Amino acid sequence: MKIRHTGSDDKIELQMTPMIDIIFQLLVFFIMSFKIILPEGDFNIRMPAAADMRTSVPSETPTLRLRLRADADGNLAGVFLGDQALGNAPGVFGQVHAQIRSLVGDASGPGTASDQEVEIEADYNLKYANTIRAITAISGYIENGQRHQLIEKVRFAPPREE
Amino acid sequence: MRLTRNIRRWPETQGDMTPMIDMVFQLIAFFMVALNFADVEQEQSINLPSSELAKPPDVAYEEPLTVQITREETVLFGGEEMPPEQLLSAMRREAQFMQTYDKKVSDATVVIRADESVKTGIVQRVIEICQEVQFEKFALRSRQSDESTLIGP
Repeated sequence: MKIRHTGSDDKIELQMTPMIDIIFQLLVFFIMSFKIILPEGDFNIRMPAAADMRTSVPSETPTLRLRLRADADGNLAGVFLGDQALGNAPGVFGQVHAQIRSLVGDASGPGTASDQEVEIEADYNLKYANTIRAITAISGYIENGQRHQLIEKVRFAPPREE
Repeated sequence: MRLTRNIRRWPETQGDMTPMIDMVFQLIAFFMVALNFADVEQEQSINLPSSELAKPPDVAYEEPLTVQITREETVLFGGEEMPPEQLLSAMRREAQFMQTYDKKVSDATVVIRADESVKTGIVQRVIEICQEVQFEKFALRSRQSDESTLIGP
């Protein structure tokens, strides 16, 4: 009875159900394992151990010191570039940036800043975001979508006590 | 003529599957391509400080080691959470491991992913610990942003 029925039907019915099952399984797997990766970037710092630093040849240009002071809550309390106090106004890192830029004199061409070294001396409890902002201010700027390098050598002073 | 006969034989209407399968394949293809198999160590709870200058490295680091510092000031290294004091022994182990494979410790890059509210002193302590085992290259990781961080509070 059954055989005669299939025999009369010469067109093969494609079984969609298992295929769709598997395809949905795959889809769910890929959706589950999907992870949005935010773009992240790095600031490269070369800092050998303190013992090696003393034996290294001192560079011709003196190290510029950037002092970041913090209040009790870890917020920025004051910025000193060399001996110059810059305060802690909202745009203080803009000032630091302007100072560094005039110091490096990027009009004379790139590469002039390669010898200049900046040492960041931050208070122990200063929030890390401020340190990154300081590094951003001294390491370069973006103008017309192009990245300009200012100071390449950044290092940290030995940490201050709590 | 045929149509009427077909309908009589299969009374239930069959929907057209083709557009649905097209779409589902499109979706699968999208998620397959977007899937990142690289085992990036990115702890999602860490809120990185943002910077408009942070750029992804041009070439991948030779020997990247990721040290993550959480908001609670614990260190995540090699899938383990530990207080900063214990990082030294973990780093020593890592350095020994590298030396047995004839790799120079000074060639390795320590990628530091620290939360923006963490104390700078903690980050410096982590750097010091790494320096003790002769690591030299560090990369401070930050989130890329379009706004300048020079102005503002």
